[in-house]
Amino acid sequence: MMWIVFGLVCWLVGWRANVWLSRQPKSRFTALAVPVIFGITLILIWEAVVRGFEVSPVLLPAPSVIAVTFAQSTHILWQDFVQTVIKGALSGYVLGCGSAFLIAVVIDRFPFLQRGLLPVGNFVAALPIVGMAPILVMWFGFDWQSKAAVVVVMVFFPMLVNTVEGLQATDKMQRDLMRTYASSYWQTLLKLRLPAAMPFIFNGLKITTTLALIGAIVAEFFGSPIKGMGFRISTSVGQLALDLVWAEIVVAAIVGSAFYGGVALLEKALTFWHPSQRG
Amino acid sequence: MRSLLPIFTVVVAIFVIWYGAAVALNTPWAKDQAKRNNVELSFTELVADTWSQKKPKLPAPHQVVAEIWKTTGEMVAKGRAFSKRSLIYHSWITLSATMLGFVMGTSFGILLAIGIVFNRVMDMSVMPWVIASQTIPILAIAPMIIVVLNAVGISGLLPKAMISMYLSFFPVVVGMVKGLRSPDGMQLDQMRTWNATSGQEFWRLRLPSSMPFLFASLKVAMAASLVGAIVGELPTGAVAGLGARLLAGSYYGQTIQIWSALIMAAALAALLVALIGMIQKITLRKMGMAQ
Repeated sequence: MMWIVFGLVCWLVGWRANVWLSRQPKSRFTALAVPVIFGITLILIWEAVVRGFEVSPVLLPAPSVIAVTFAQSTHILWQDFVQTVIKGALSGYVLGCGSAFLIAVVIDRFPFLQRGLLPVGNFVAALPIVGMAPILVMWFGFDWQSKAAVVVVMVFFPMLVNTVEGLQATDKMQRDLMRTYASSYWQTLLKLRLPAAMPFIFNGLKITTTLALIGAIVAEFFGSPIKGMGFRISTSVGQLALDLVWAEIVVAAIVGSAFYGGVALLEKALTFWHPSQRG
Repeated sequence: MRSLLPIFTVVVAIFVIWYGAAVALNTPWAKDQAKRNNVELSFTELVADTWSQKKPKLPAPHQVVAEIWKTTGEMVAKGRAFSKRSLIYHSWITLSATMLGFVMGTSFGILLAIGIVFNRVMDMSVMPWVIASQTIPILAIAPMIIVVLNAVGISGLLPKAMISMYLSFFPVVVGMVKGLRSPDGMQLDQMRTWNATSGQEFWRLRLPSSMPFLFASLKVAMAASLVGAIVGELPTGAVAGLGARLLAGSYYGQTIQIWSALIMAAALAALLVALIGMIQKITLRKMGMAQ
């Protein structure tokens, strides 16, 4: 009963605080504080509901239990992190985005390829590519190579489409200006078109961060060595060790946000001149 | 149709590469078999063998088409379109979960977007979390959601639909927030000079002008929700659905079955997205917004 009252109090306090804060003049502090308070309130209510209604830990463990498990099994989590994120997702991400970028530059040179590949690429980008996972696991074995392959396939098309679109983002006037300077193809590419394509390229890079993580984890459902986040999640669910599953989810959430945030920061540093970054 | 020829060329090229890859990938097995039976394979025999193996590493396109026909067209002809061996049955299972999740996700997304646009507190507290929610690889916890909901007694369609919903609400929220905010100051001022209530402003200005944004995000949401339904079927122990076919195929090394499920999923995705595209065209034309 105490816990339910505690949850209700948390809800009311958090709500009042946010209403009050949002009425204040907009500043960096309020923009940060409001979502943080919202998140903390949610976690406190979660804790209160689980304890107050005595929800079985097999269904939904309390946040405090998850935190304890997280602290106790850091070595397992670290091992899984290295296997899935560093070996699987990151190597696939670099390979996939890199090759998509190079191929996009090639495609851009040949209008024929552009008209043919772009609709096909757009089509493929909308397909459920995760389905390729079992096939690639069969081809490349159970270890991280197959996970990297799945990630490559998943990130390739979104990246390709975005880069090709970005390379077309310069307008005729600008290209004409380069021509009056008698600049070669490479000069135009390096000094005008690639910089102009940057916002699009970063858009692709940001979308694909989540895809890379999803690809690496889902591929592990189809077979993996006895480590890795996807493996741990699927086996721990079988053992009803949901606190460990949630600890893995926390890792995945942190990694996902950090990955995305890192790319976003890089974008800010490189495309500071673009209107969307100045505003 | 200037781009028809290039597209055609690319598609033909894909098939040529596919057949070539099938030869390359399946040759070791064919040679191994030939060695065991002490026969020399000529080149044409080798190629014919690589294109007709029972469990090839990469099935040739015609094998996949044959498998799809066997599990759809032939089943219909036999009058057993909804038997458990039929791909139509499995597609139907996946499709129903997808549609339920899509409808739930879209309505939740639209409601959330309306809340965000009209309520400053919600805008400031919920919006960052909506974005953060997508950096979490939700598909990874699909198995847990399924198992937990099963334990509570919810099974069947709903758990899968929940995963689809989680994946599909995000593009709708983002698109609708953008769309509901798309009327410019001039138009909003015009509404104000007519003394419009905020309800009228919503129904007559904001909602209509958000339609192009809505349809663009519906297409993304549809594709996402299909992926969600397929992945949601993986941990249910391969009972039914396209995801279950994928898993069963990978357990028993039935590559042709995997590919046929994959192609079916692709066709389903293309069909659903095209359907939304058609509705978009008709609606926008009726509203006088066609480009």
